[in-house]
Amino acid sequence: MEYHTPGSFEDAATIAAKAEGVTRFLAGGTDVLVQLRADMVTPDVLIDIKQIAGVKDIAREEGGWRIGAAVAGAEMTEHTELGKEWPGVVEAMDLIGSTQIQGRATLVGNLCNGSPAADSVPALMAAGASVSVVGASGTRKVPVEEIPAGPGKTNLAKGEVISAVHLPVRGDNAGDAYLRFIPRTEMDIAVVGCGVSLRLDGPTVAEARVSLGAVAPRVLLVEEAAKAIIGTTLDEAALDALAAAASAACNPIDDKRGTIEFRTHVAGVLAKRAAKIAYERAGGAK
Amino acid sequence: MSMIHVSTTVNGDEVEFLCDPRETLLDVLRDRLALTGAKEGCGTGDCGACSVTVDDRLVCSCLMLGAEAEGKSIGTIEGMADGEELHPLQEKFIEYAALQCGVCTPGVLVATEALLKKNPDPTETEVRYWLAGNLCRCTGYDKIIRAVLDTAADLRKAS
Ligand SMILES: Cc1cc2nc3c(=O)[nH]c(=O)nc-3n(C[C@H](O)[C@H](O)[C@H](O)COP(=O)(O)OP(=O)(O)OC[C@H]3O[C@@H](n4cnc5c(N)ncnc54)[C@H](O)[C@@H]3O)c2cc1C
Ligand code: FES
Ligand code: FES
Repeated sequence: MEYHTPGSFEDAATIAAKAEGVTRFLAGGTDVLVQLRADMVTPDVLIDIKQIAGVKDIAREEGGWRIGAAVAGAEMTEHTELGKEWPGVVEAMDLIGSTQIQGRATLVGNLCNGSPAADSVPALMAAGASVSVVGASGTRKVPVEEIPAGPGKTNLAKGEVISAVHLPVRGDNAGDAYLRFIPRTEMDIAVVGCGVSLRLDGPTVAEARVSLGAVAPRVLLVEEAAKAIIGTTLDEAALDALAAAASAACNPIDDKRGTIEFRTHVAGVLAKRAAKIAYERAGGAK
Repeated sequence: MSMIHVSTTVNGDEVEFLCDPRETLLDVLRDRLALTGAKEGCGTGDCGACSVTVDDRLVCSCLMLGAEAEGKSIGTIEGMADGEELHPLQEKFIEYAALQCGVCTPGVLVATEALLKKNPDPTETEVRYWLAGNLCRCTGYDKIIRAVLDTAADLRKAS
C-alpha cells in the first residue's frame, strides 16, 4: 500500500488519476480503516487529504458555509453559529458513531463511502448542499444528490476528489431537521433516515426539500414529498400527504434490521416528525 | 514494503518510529513503542479499548494509521499518572471498584479524562452518552459512571 500526503487537492487528483489498483482517499478513516482491517478493501494507493491547507476550516462563504473536507463531526458540533443555522445537518453528523468516531468522521467521507444509510447525507440533500469536485479539468460544484450512485458507489470519476461541502445561505424563516430510526439509542446504523428543510412565508411552507436514507440503494431526494407540503400550513392533511409520498418513494431491502413493510411505514412517520421540527425551527407555531 | 518514518509526540515525549503504511496507531503504540495500555478489543471502532487523544481530541487508535501521527501530539493512558501519583480518576476507579478484568479501563479512563477537560460538570446522561463508544463487559457501567461523577465533583471542589 502506497501512502501519499499531497499538499493540494490538484496534487491529490493527479495522484489518484495516475494510481494503479484500488485507490482510496483518507479523510477521517472511520470507513477506510474498518474496511482495511476487515480485509474487505485493501487500497493499493491511499491518499491522505489532511495535510492540505484549509481542509479543517469551517468558513463563511457568500452568506452560506464552506466546510473543509477533513472537518470532523465534533468540530461541527462545537461550531455554535453553524448549528444555529443548520441544526439538522449538524445533528445528523453528530449521530454518527461514538465520541471517538466524532473526533475523526467527516461529511465527505460519509457521502463518498456510498452507504444508503449514511446519516449526514439526507440532511445535506435536504439542505441543498453541494460539493466542490476537483479533477484534471479543474473544479466544479456538484449538488450532493448527484454524488451517490448505489451501495458503496459514487458518480465521482477516477482522479476526482472532493475538497469541501457548501451549505447555501440559510436566510430567514427557515429550518431543517434530521431524524433516524434505530433499534438502540446510540451506535447503530439507520433503518430509515429522513432530512427535511423548509422555508416559511407566514404560516405557509414556501420552499421544502425532503430526503430519505436507508430505503433504497442510494439516498433519495423525494420531490413528491416536498410538493406535498409546499403551499400548506403543514396541517394534518399535508402531513398525511407527505407521509404517503415518502412511503411511496421507498424501495428498501428486507433484512434483520427492518422489513420492507416496516421501513416503508417508518419513512412516512419520520418524514412527518422531521417536517414538524423543521417547521417549528423556521418559526412556525404548531 | 517501504517503511514510513514518523516523528510525533507521545505523552509529551518526542518519539520517532518506522512503520508499515498499513499499521494502525494502536499497532505502533503497542508493538513499536511498547505502550501496551491501549488495548485492541475489536479493531473496528466499536469498543473504545484503544482510546487515545490526538491533539487533545479523543479518537480510536485502531482507526488511525501510525503514519497519520506525523507532527501530532498523542496522549495515552501511560501519560495519565504523574509518576507514582495516580490521577484522581484512577484513584476513584479503584475506590469504586469500577473495573474487573480491566481490559476496557485504559480506554474508559482516557475517554473520561477528555470529557472532564471539556465539561467539568457533566450530568449522568452526558457521561453515559460520552462513553457510548466504550464497551465494558464486566461492570455493568454503573460503578464507572458513579466514579466519574464523583471525581468530577471532587475536582470542582478542589479548583
Ligand atoms: C463504530 C462506528 C460507528 C459508525 N456509525 C455510523 C452511523 O451511525 N452513521 C453513519 O452514517 N456512519 C457511521 N459510521 C461510518 C463512518 O464513520 C462514516 O461514514 C464517516 O462519516 C466516514 O467519514 P471518514 O472521514 O471517516 O471517511 P473515510 O473512511 O476517510 O473515507 C470514506 C470513503 O470516502 C472516500 N473519501 C474520503 N474523503 C474523500 C474526498 N475528499 N473526496 C472523495 N472521496 C473521499 C474514501 O475514499 C472512502 O471510500 C460508523 C463507523 C464506525 C467505525
Ligand atoms: S479496538 Fe479500537 S474501538 Fe475496539
Ligand atoms: S472491566 Fe472488564 S471489560 Fe470493563
